[in-house]
Amino acid sequence: MLGMFNRLKKSIIETLIVVLIGFVGGAILMIIFGYDPIAAYMKLFKGSVLSIDGILESLANAVPLMLTGLTFAIGVRSGYFNVGAEGQAYMGAIGAVIIAGSISLPYGVHLAAATLFSMIVGALWSLPVSALKAWRGVHEVVSTIMLNWIALFLVRYLIEYYYYEPGRAERALPALPTARYSVIGASLSTIIFVTIGFTILIYFILWRTTLGYELRLTGSNPEAARYVGVNYVKVIFLNFFIGGLAAGLAGASQVIGRPPAWTIYKTLGNVINLGFNGIGVALIGRNHPLGIIFSSIFLGILLYGSRFMQYLGIDPDLTVAINGIIVLFLSLPELYSMVKRYIVGGK
Amino acid sequence: MEISRKLRTLIIGLPSFIVFLYLLSILGVEPIYLLETSLMAMTPLMLAAVGESLNERSGIVNIGLEGIFLITAVTGVYYAEVTGSGLGGIVVGGAIIGALIGFLFGFISTYGRAVQVIAGMGLNLIGLGLVPFMMMAFWAFPGIHIFNPDLRIGTINISISGAIFRLSPITIFAILTTIFLHILLYRTLIGLRIQATGERPEALDVAGMNVNLTRILASTICGSLTGIGGAFMPLGWFGGLVKEITAGRGFIALAAAVFSGLDPLLASVSSFIFGFSEGLAFTIMIAPGIKEVLPYYFINMIPYIVTIIALAIVGSKRFPKALGKPYIRE
Repeated sequence: MLGMFNRLKKSIIETLIVVLIGFVGGAILMIIFGYDPIAAYMKLFKGSVLSIDGILESLANAVPLMLTGLTFAIGVRSGYFNVGAEGQAYMGAIGAVIIAGSISLPYGVHLAAATLFSMIVGALWSLPVSALKAWRGVHEVVSTIMLNWIALFLVRYLIEYYYYEPGRAERALPALPTARYSVIGASLSTIIFVTIGFTILIYFILWRTTLGYELRLTGSNPEAARYVGVNYVKVIFLNFFIGGLAAGLAGASQVIGRPPAWTIYKTLGNVINLGFNGIGVALIGRNHPLGIIFSSIFLGILLYGSRFMQYLGIDPDLTVAINGIIVLFLSLPELYSMVKRYIVGGK
Repeated sequence: MEISRKLRTLIIGLPSFIVFLYLLSILGVEPIYLLETSLMAMTPLMLAAVGESLNERSGIVNIGLEGIFLITAVTGVYYAEVTGSGLGGIVVGGAIIGALIGFLFGFISTYGRAVQVIAGMGLNLIGLGLVPFMMMAFWAFPGIHIFNPDLRIGTINISISGAIFRLSPITIFAILTTIFLHILLYRTLIGLRIQATGERPEALDVAGMNVNLTRILASTICGSLTGIGGAFMPLGWFGGLVKEITAGRGFIALAAAVFSGLDPLLASVSSFIFGFSEGLAFTIMIAPGIKEVLPYYFINMIPYIVTIIALAIVGSKRFPKALGKPYIRE
């Protein structure tokens, strides 16, 4: 028990150090390009955490990131580097548009149907990745990225030819009122409860079921997994499929769970980068579902707050770069002991 | 044996390629324009794929090629404007900035003992965020920048039966670099050392050579070549800069390196295949017989679909034993 507590303490301190490095890195970038980092960070946090609306918006931003973070984390836990959440989120979003925007169903049924359908569409988009990995040994990084691009063009095509909103061709059909999660405040809807519930469910699957054990064993010790007879084809398909369910829901959350638009734009502007930012969320959250709840809220704050930096002329995508710096430093396993040696001295 | 197999592929491949071009020309595709665009599209892929082959041979896997492409596309244009010449942009904003990124990546992958796939993805994220940020900082306009056409790298114009075929000098540079690196890797001592660092780093260490420095050197060369490719896209090819300019080409280049089993010559051939699929997409998009039938969104998917199919056909290859593993002396 004490060992577990120490491990937790270590990883929290480690994460805080890396997040701090991310902020310092962002500040250095701002200084290089002639901005005032202190004013920028003040704006960011004032906008995102110092008002009720700001907190609600930050949480609304955290919802899809929690899910795409899960996608990546399930992959890492099973030993795969799944960067396909991006494209699967596009597919989930268009899946949600198809059910929520173009079909009439009674309330409740409609909402459930849109939610489930979008998750399944996201998951189906992972099947080529699994098949290529299991039977042809194609590296998942390349195949997922290629599928992300194919999904981008496919979704744009579907919007332009079939699911555009009449009179407003720049966006897809909005979700009908019967297929909308109720609004809590600002742009946060009750889909956050579904999301947190799903995240906790994934925790139980990974740590409390045989399937989860097989996935994690394959990830941590593939030799042992093979020795005890874990079917690696099953592991490949299931880990990508479950990841796809999460990513599909992430995309759908922007349609059936996000006022005021309740839809996606043809540019996919409100879905783009959700998947890639999820990589940072997963790694900051130590690829643990419960850690991801916190790290997604952290990145949600950053992403929502970044729009206030625009008043200083700073592009809000700087936060993606900060996320990247954090990921880069999280890749250094020795960082914690190096920093500790430096501060404590010796040992 | 190895040579003859490559030769055989060439003997079968070249005529069937010419027949394919002829068939396309019947459909209304301009073969000269197709070849020109294919070579343009091939150039950045080839530079990055050949660099990555060298890099992976030494034991470092850098999946951050896309990030390097992204950053150097912007810095390339910026330094072209500062130095007042396109070549200046390629050298400073492309080769030097790229080399710097490659050096840092090599450093953290060796002395920092980084998990390289994660570090590479971090690099991609940094690129993804830095591009809009830098474009805003440099030009105070989001997402798009048109520069003075005088800064474009000039092309060598060859007239073939009335039509003009434009060839970029950077393409020639890429081909010469490939040949040079092929000879370096297989025929010189440095090349043997690079191969040994990827296969048996402990043997190199025992022989008194520095494993980490060799890897950093390979990573720096890879970064520099990728940087030239990144700066080439706006300066030598498109003549403008949008924030999505790289469009996943970093990953296609990665696929080209993997596809060819890390052999520089084969990597350049696969770069041509992928570049050709992109050139085909660009060409048939404007071909009168095709654009009515097939929506442009589907044509845009061609390079990505070709990449997946190519990898599926080839399957998994043999990789250096120490690939991705930082060398720790026992």
